[in-house]
Amino acid sequence: MLLWRLLRTYLRPYYRQITILVVLLVAQTVGNLYLPNLNADIINDGVITGNLHYIVHTGEWMLALALIIGVFSIIAIYWASQVSMGAGADIRGAVFARVQSFSARDMNTFGTASLITRNTNDIQQIQLFLQMALTMMVIAPIMCFGGIVMALHEGLKLSLLLLVAVPVMGIFVGAVMVKVVPQFRSMQTKIDRINEVLREQITGVRVIRAFVRNESEAQRFDVANVALTKTALNVNRTFALMLPTMMVILNLSSVAVIWFGGRLVNEGAMPIGNLTAFLTYILQILLSVMMAVMVAILLPRAAASAERVMQVLDTAPVIVDPAHPVSPNATSGRVEFSNVSFAYPGSERAVLEGLSFTFEPGATSAIIGGTGSGKTTLLNLIPRFFDASEGHLLVNGVDVRDQAREELWATLGIVPQAAYLFSGTVATNLRFGREDATDEQLWRALEIAQASDFVREMPGVLDARIDQGGTNVSGGQRQRLAIARALVKEPSIYLFDDCFSALDAATDARLREALRTGTAGASVIIVAQRVSTIMHADRIIVLDDGRVVGTGTHEELLGNCDPYREIVVSQLGAEAAR
Amino acid sequence: MSMGMGPMRGAGVPVQKSKDLRGTTRRLFSLLGPEGFKLALALVLGVASVGFMVSGPQILGNATNILFDGIVSKRLPLGTTKAQAIELLRSHGHGQLASMISGMNVTPGVGVDITRMGQVLGFAALVYLVGAAFNYLQGYTMAGLTQRLMSQMRGDVEAKMSRLPLRYFDSHSHGDVLSRVTNDIDNLTTTIQQGLSQLMTSILTIVGVLGMMFWISPLLAAVSLVTIPLALVVTTLIAKRSQRHFADQWRETGLLNGLVEETHTGHELVQVYGRSAVTVEQFNRQNASLYGASFKAQFLSGMIQPSMQFISNINYVTIAVLGGYRVASGLLSLGAVTAFIQYSRQFTMPITQIASQMNMLQSGVASAERVFEFLDAEEEPRDIEQKTPLGLGAGSVGSVTLDKVCFRYEPDEPLIEDFSLVVAPGETVAIVGPTGAGKTTVVNLLVRFYEIDSGRILLDGIDYRDLTRDQVRGAFGMVLQDTWMFSGSIRDNIRYGKPEATDDEVVAAAEAAHVDSFVRTLPEGYATILDEDASNLSSGQKQLLTIARAFLADQSILILDEATSNVDTRTEVLIQEAMARLRVGRTSFVIAHRLSTIRDAHTIIVMEHGRIVEQGDHDSLMRAKGAYYNLYESQFSGAST
Repeated sequence: MLLWRLLRTYLRPYYRQITILVVLLVAQTVGNLYLPNLNADIINDGVITGNLHYIVHTGEWMLALALIIGVFSIIAIYWASQVSMGAGADIRGAVFARVQSFSARDMNTFGTASLITRNTNDIQQIQLFLQMALTMMVIAPIMCFGGIVMALHEGLKLSLLLLVAVPVMGIFVGAVMVKVVPQFRSMQTKIDRINEVLREQITGVRVIRAFVRNESEAQRFDVANVALTKTALNVNRTFALMLPTMMVILNLSSVAVIWFGGRLVNEGAMPIGNLTAFLTYILQILLSVMMAVMVAILLPRAAASAERVMQVLDTAPVIVDPAHPVSPNATSGRVEFSNVSFAYPGSERAVLEGLSFTFEPGATSAIIGGTGSGKTTLLNLIPRFFDASEGHLLVNGVDVRDQAREELWATLGIVPQAAYLFSGTVATNLRFGREDATDEQLWRALEIAQASDFVREMPGVLDARIDQGGTNVSGGQRQRLAIARALVKEPSIYLFDDCFSALDAATDARLREALRTGTAGASVIIVAQRVSTIMHADRIIVLDDGRVVGTGTHEELLGNCDPYREIVVSQLGAEAAR
Repeated sequence: MSMGMGPMRGAGVPVQKSKDLRGTTRRLFSLLGPEGFKLALALVLGVASVGFMVSGPQILGNATNILFDGIVSKRLPLGTTKAQAIELLRSHGHGQLASMISGMNVTPGVGVDITRMGQVLGFAALVYLVGAAFNYLQGYTMAGLTQRLMSQMRGDVEAKMSRLPLRYFDSHSHGDVLSRVTNDIDNLTTTIQQGLSQLMTSILTIVGVLGMMFWISPLLAAVSLVTIPLALVVTTLIAKRSQRHFADQWRETGLLNGLVEETHTGHELVQVYGRSAVTVEQFNRQNASLYGASFKAQFLSGMIQPSMQFISNINYVTIAVLGGYRVASGLLSLGAVTAFIQYSRQFTMPITQIASQMNMLQSGVASAERVFEFLDAEEEPRDIEQKTPLGLGAGSVGSVTLDKVCFRYEPDEPLIEDFSLVVAPGETVAIVGPTGAGKTTVVNLLVRFYEIDSGRILLDGIDYRDLTRDQVRGAFGMVLQDTWMFSGSIRDNIRYGKPEATDDEVVAAAEAAHVDSFVRTLPEGYATILDEDASNLSSGQKQLLTIARAFLADQSILILDEATSNVDTRTEVLIQEAMARLRVGRTSFVIAHRLSTIRDAHTIIVMEHGRIVEQGDHDSLMRAKGAYYNLYESQFSGAST
């Protein structure tokens, strides 16, 4: 089982602590089992014979034992917390480090959201289970086993009762859990459904009101609400059965012990003090059965989490650095595609096919084409997020597969389609690619990115807070900050992936003008949907279905490339294409 | 911390303090008003159940006494009376034993009365069974009670949402509203469901057990009572400290999860910008502080259990010694001591639980407070009672008149002042301006999402205030940039504005919106289920679907947002054509981005910084060489070269 393998690996550093822990728990449980025995002695040898001295003496001994048990348990909890939280932290660190080594393709196989859950919630589940297992799973079997031994010791014949009580308890608790757990799951789906309806009502409030659909929304909600109430009622009613039934089993066991035990005592087959002790033991045994069954029910959940975590840890990154990386002689920023094709693994159709062109330093090149034409995929090959399936992609004269990725990345400045900022300040975001950049360099980049005006107005200016993802600035501002971030890095190759889309036309125009001088000397590659963004580029590559259908300047393409003309007409009107 | 932390709830949620504990609690109970009888019933059942359960050990104790009496009697010479037997023992120097027997019910020489013991034990079994049955009935009643209460509360919240003005949704973050109507209600349900009946049982059990203990032996009970304050002090002391560490753990988890989320989301950026090493280091630091906090929280909270066990053990030993002493002195029966031991075991558990149950209820009340705040938010002014019939027959004609309209979001920030505009049926009004210029404000007023401060707006010559909001909104069709879809089939989404439309009508609308052929490529066609944020569609396809929706709804006035972002060039052409077709014969307000729309508009409204700065047709505005002229020049210069 994967849970087992995961725990074995990550508990290894804690073997010493676990050994101490187990010893302490055993000692504590044995002590707890011995206490009723002493009580039996008090009754048998003290009360019945009227030996007061013996009673007091045994009492002192019992008190000392109770103190030792208490101290042992607290030390055990200390180690258990250290081991479970420590191992959890270790696993978390390992998963995080592994994900850091993933390439874009590995990220895609898992999906970002799933990786986040695996790195956080799943590990939390394992941690929770571990904490429980390290205490309860150790105590329960010892207590159960010890309880049975002691019970046999107190009264062999009476112990036959255990053959009835223990299975009844185990089966009942198990049966309730088996019935309730799926019900809980179904209740959770119904809660999710109701939350979904409510969320839609909030996000769609304008549309709902515009189409006068309040009443039907209320009906949709009612259906979900009634369904949830019904399931919740069922769950809670089943649950209401649980505690009373367990109490009945425990209490009827006590009744049976006194009934059968009483007869044995009367026959002289057993001293009466042992009866009281036996009562305590049978309670302890049944409680430990209850505990064990409940922990066992938690096991599948932890096992599922462990499986998801192990999948990450067992995945070796698809793209790795070459054993002997080659460093390019120059970092001018030349990017050369030579007969490059790309298909996603397992897919028959190539996304890109037979691409050959060169991006020269100092020139701005643009790539335009419809959705699915492969524009973004083309960009993703340059930083080796994916590897070309055929052909060669050379950056600074060396195949990207022969370079150390860190070195390759140092020459690149990427601005992705979805502008993403990290939590921190404007300055920490801008310095993301170059930690030692001066404030002057930041302002220069902000000027070029047309972001200096709004940054100056933000509270704290360069130190203004940025929330995770950059959600506290508008989409247009986010794009401009992401562009500035790339500019601060001063790379020799810029990759702009449709990152002007949220800007209004006037800002877009000013930004392009400033970029021209701001990126002088570097290779600039722009992917865009909007013709106006790229019509002034030195060269435009028109992509259709993964193939190049036209290359040239705006004017040249208007003359010789029909797909390009179509795009221009649709966006700027027929007169612009003339 | 907007991400899903749901599964961690149990792992030590910091206690939220409510602002007005008493007021909110009272209000919660007042909601139970109609169910008062059921609540009283649950309480009675609870009392009955505890009563039965609590008398169980006492009856078992009686059975032990019968047994003990029998055994002792057997050792005494047959044929003597009890008094003679005691006398005999004294004379033999067994003074201790003699005084013990003096307190017992013995018949010298006769063994255990098995029949009577059987009767007593049978009675004990019955008492336990009846007690458990009452307990179950109590749980059953409480489940119904709380579920109905929560169902009603969820319904109230939903109903409230439709009565809130749009201003409320615009001025509160969606996340906040959502967390009130989902997380808080969930939390409240759990706490009421579990906390309330458990607390009830805990308190009843303590009272019942204490009563029994005093009844059996006031002395032993008094000794046991000493452990109550001890237990309470220890629990609260540890709980208070661990609560602080749980809060730390909660915070550190949030920070760490945030870091994980951020790093994995920006994975490629982190790599290309050379931040991997720094990020791993940052993560390790955060991971270490989370470890520190969670270790302390786990350890401290874990201490409660052994500490209570220790206190319970002290109690056990004291009772065993003291009890043994008193049995030996004949002041107490052995059965009473065994019963007492059982009671004292039952007694520490509810005390330990009360502390955590109180915490739970407290966080529930804090949630209830946030829900009540939402329920108390100011509502939209009520619609007029008397409906004024609109237009000829069903729909409106499509004429809109704005007469000296004034509107401000904030009372001291002038926004729209004395805005007048007459739009005849079929005319097009273009609204232009840079991003963030407040173009949606005009839309908000037209469809009456917001109420104007002064002036009037007329639809087909009738003042908005003489119409219901639904009448006004029913006259408008909207295609906004916010392409909201609900989770359901594509067919139902298109049909949203006209639920009674036939399948054929849906297809016709989809054809008109150029989206039919796309829908047909999907394996499920029109029955394809869209997930919550319709992530299985591209934004262009969503936009086409909203156009189809507007086609089908077929209203006389349209509000269109032409902005298309993240839409590929081919789809954009389709959208453009579909919108043009949709506008034919309808009065249109267009948030315009295209030259053709703007030039042909009857009126162009130019907005800047939330205000209307110019108004007129293309030619007159170009002649004026004002804001429109500048905007036009900068935006469209590229196209005219």
